[in-house]
Amino acid sequence: MTPFDIAMASLFLMLSPVILVPCCARYRSFAIHLSFSLTAAASLAAVIAGALAVQYGTITSAVVEMGLPDLPFHLRLDPLAGFFLCVIGLLSFFVSLYSIGYVKGFPAGRSVVRFVVFFALFITGMLLVVLADDAFFFLIAWELMAASSYFLVMFEDEKAENRRSAYLYLVIAHVGAIAILLSFGVMAGLANGFASFQGYTFAAMRATAYPVGWATAAFLLSFFGFAAKAGVIPLHVWLPEAHPVAPSNVSALMSGVMLKTSIYGIVRITFDFLKVFPWWWGGIVLVLGLVSAVLGVLYALMQHDLKRLLAYHSVENIGIILIGLGLAMIFTSFQLPALAALALIAALYHTLNHAMFKGLLFMGAGAVLHATHERNMEEMGGLIHRMPWTAVFFLVGCISIAALPPFNGFVSEWLTFQALLLSPALHRPILSLLIPLGAALLALTGALAAACFVKAFGVTFLGHWRGHHPIQKVQEVDATMRGGMLLAAAVCFFLGILPTHVITWMDILAERLVGGKLAASAGAYGWLWLTPIARERASYSGFNVFLGIAVVVVVAWLLLHARKADIRRVPIWDCGFEKLTPRMQYTATSFAMPIRRIFGFLFRIREETDVVPPVRHPAYPERLRYRLRVRDRFWYWLYQPVGEAAFFTARKIGNLQQGRIQVYLIYSFVTIIVLLVFLG
Amino acid sequence: MIAYSLLIEAVQVLILLFAAPLFAGWVKTVKCRMQGRTYAGVFQPYRDIARLFSKEVILAENASWIFRITPYIVFGVTVIIGGIIPLISTDLPFAATADVIALVMLFAIIRFFTALAGMDIGTAFGGMGSSREMTIASLAEPAMLMAIFTVSLAGKSTSLTHMVQVMAQGELLLRPSLAFALLAFIMVHLTETGRVPVDNPSTHLELTMIHEAMILEYSGRHLALMEWASMMKLFIFSALGIALFCPWGIAPAEDFPGMLVAIVLLAAKLAVLGVILVLIETGLAKMRLFRLTEYLGSAFLLATLGMLSFFILE
Repeated sequence: MTPFDIAMASLFLMLSPVILVPCCARYRSFAIHLSFSLTAAASLAAVIAGALAVQYGTITSAVVEMGLPDLPFHLRLDPLAGFFLCVIGLLSFFVSLYSIGYVKGFPAGRSVVRFVVFFALFITGMLLVVLADDAFFFLIAWELMAASSYFLVMFEDEKAENRRSAYLYLVIAHVGAIAILLSFGVMAGLANGFASFQGYTFAAMRATAYPVGWATAAFLLSFFGFAAKAGVIPLHVWLPEAHPVAPSNVSALMSGVMLKTSIYGIVRITFDFLKVFPWWWGGIVLVLGLVSAVLGVLYALMQHDLKRLLAYHSVENIGIILIGLGLAMIFTSFQLPALAALALIAALYHTLNHAMFKGLLFMGAGAVLHATHERNMEEMGGLIHRMPWTAVFFLVGCISIAALPPFNGFVSEWLTFQALLLSPALHRPILSLLIPLGAALLALTGALAAACFVKAFGVTFLGHWRGHHPIQKVQEVDATMRGGMLLAAAVCFFLGILPTHVITWMDILAERLVGGKLAASAGAYGWLWLTPIARERASYSGFNVFLGIAVVVVVAWLLLHARKADIRRVPIWDCGFEKLTPRMQYTATSFAMPIRRIFGFLFRIREETDVVPPVRHPAYPERLRYRLRVRDRFWYWLYQPVGEAAFFTARKIGNLQQGRIQVYLIYSFVTIIVLLVFLG
Repeated sequence: MIAYSLLIEAVQVLILLFAAPLFAGWVKTVKCRMQGRTYAGVFQPYRDIARLFSKEVILAENASWIFRITPYIVFGVTVIIGGIIPLISTDLPFAATADVIALVMLFAIIRFFTALAGMDIGTAFGGMGSSREMTIASLAEPAMLMAIFTVSLAGKSTSLTHMVQVMAQGELLLRPSLAFALLAFIMVHLTETGRVPVDNPSTHLELTMIHEAMILEYSGRHLALMEWASMMKLFIFSALGIALFCPWGIAPAEDFPGMLVAIVLLAAKLAVLGVILVLIETGLAKMRLFRLTEYLGSAFLLATLGMLSFFILE
């Protein structure tokens, strides 16, 4: 079997629950086990297909005789598609496993069939997006992905909040889709002059050399479209609305892999179709990446809804990926293939890493939600005692996303840093100077992300329980959910300590897309050492870091415990106050207060304090209510004016509707006269 | 050859472990002398650590494993960092494990776990310390990396041993970029090691403390490890500054007499640096928390100026 056959088998397996589950909907538990086992198997097949395609660099295409008369569906599996197939499949596998336990916890009234059908269609849509080889089929797959995820966001549709978020998501997804469609139109027109539909195949687009002006138009349109889907600032507003309200397993897939299909789109169009471009394209991508990274993490810090916080971190991480892509584009336009390879690998490695740790974190947030029925961190605390396994997995996710060694997030951010520091090779003083400033912004992002995840983990899992119902009701989640998280955590760890293997595996992508190789230099000193350019330039060994820390920790522990191990447990020292309550702990809001004050100018902050004046004792007010509202400024700058303008126009046009037949007859009459004058 | 470099590695880690309290004691002694107080001698930190090790651990009832494992992780990571930076010789088999960027991130692990431990007990103090520490760190880290990037652009490498070699072999010339970077590094050094004007290591007043607030609940051997690690951190940051900006004397590979000279030179440099630290600390008052934005902002600006002058002048 070739990788392509396995990919096809995976698609059919993935679609099978759509037909099978409605037939056995009556047996709820059986239906859940069956459907998620099928999607898990299908995802695994997709991983194998993708991994093999990247490993051996095979390119297979096929034509399915469906679709338009002159434009059948084209499918193609090449290393780039294979890599994304792998990313999507790997997370879908973990999430499918996790979903068995998660969906069982749905209230009895909720339809499992509806969920499973759209879940399977959603993953199928993502797989088809990367496999499609013509514009028409690509957009069908793109819409399949967008529409099925819309229904998944809408899944708990009894809440007005969810319907509103899903609608916003649908609107922005389609504004983006139109831009992508137009971009394909530009490229197809240049490829074949609109004579036939053949210009819409990717093969034709790949073979064409584009004039700079039109190529720029195509690039800008497609970048706008994909950026809207990826949640690049300022097109990000749907993301923190839609991701939190979807069921958590869907949020994991949306944040972890759906956003990555846009990265795929950008790489495909820029490096595969357009190929030659001026450096400032990369500059745009780089700047938007930096803005998204910094603002994304700052907005995340202000959240106290756990899932919303994670959603804003997706904006941040998409930004980090775009930094790598932008650099790869700049280096490519200056004919520096080796450096472009480093930047591209950094971006793609971060794509894989982000899929793993963000999926893990959303699964962890889902487990917390499942156990506490609460998304607001201010109502949590001390969960590490009730949910020890979830706490460990969530901690692994936090360490990975905060880019701390030896886990995976660090490796890709480190590669991005190395790429940023290579700017002197460009021999353009302005670029050489501005790009290292980007490195400083990336450092700021990393440090703020660490702060944010200290807050997320600390407020949720540590300290005392702040909730209203007793903590005894909170139970650890079941084995399948733990299994899904365990596997994702393990992958985060291994991607962190064995980066040279991964880079060797995916080196073919860099070779095919930018013509440079990284593996020869990156793995020159064996699998232990990651040396992206040369050993003298920079080196890192995640395995050594892990081993070193582990050895010292174990030795120190043994030395100290061999002597004596007694620990006396006592109540908390309350400074003699004796009335400590869980409400006196630092909260998510108070934790972020210094940062809110420092970077406050970026937000729209409304703070209100109501004091009910003292009655019983002159020194103590009766009650004090503090209200804080932090909003995204972009909403007020960009979206609200557009929304208001749309309503205004609609109202003005609405004035035409008088509801009287005479007025409508006059409209028809005037129209006929106008047509006769101009066309007659 | 391998055995020799392993030996050097071991010597270096031993120097770190056992000279760090001495350096902390030296700084304390000089400070006391400068402020006209009596002092307990340079060996007092050893006595403190020994005393803490022999005491029992008192743990709050709801402390989780995070609280208990943090001292070990903090200690472990600090020792690893000490094994990576060149103190006396560039011939370190372990040095390639992490370059300067990874080194900064290793410090971030220490901070991450300490901040988590601060939140674990669920007292207001711990949370306050964690929140402040993470805020300050997020401002200090870009400034620190910017200063380091300036040096690494000059050395065309981010590998610390290689940077040291390039710097030490080059002639002693005044580079404006390095002067700016050095100023920025000193400002970040004071921040990261929790000293005046950012934090005060000798205070336990709730409004002013940052690092101490996070480790307030520790006792016994846990506290001993935390204290020892923070002494090592002071030592390491000072040694890192020496390696980046004044590496002359650090022995190249396979130079045994050179290494002995290097040890003496290191001691001398550290002694001078300790006096400079005390002069800065005695001359300044602790800043208000929200004035630190300006302080760290100017550190970042200085580092950026250093980079600018690198591209313009060199």
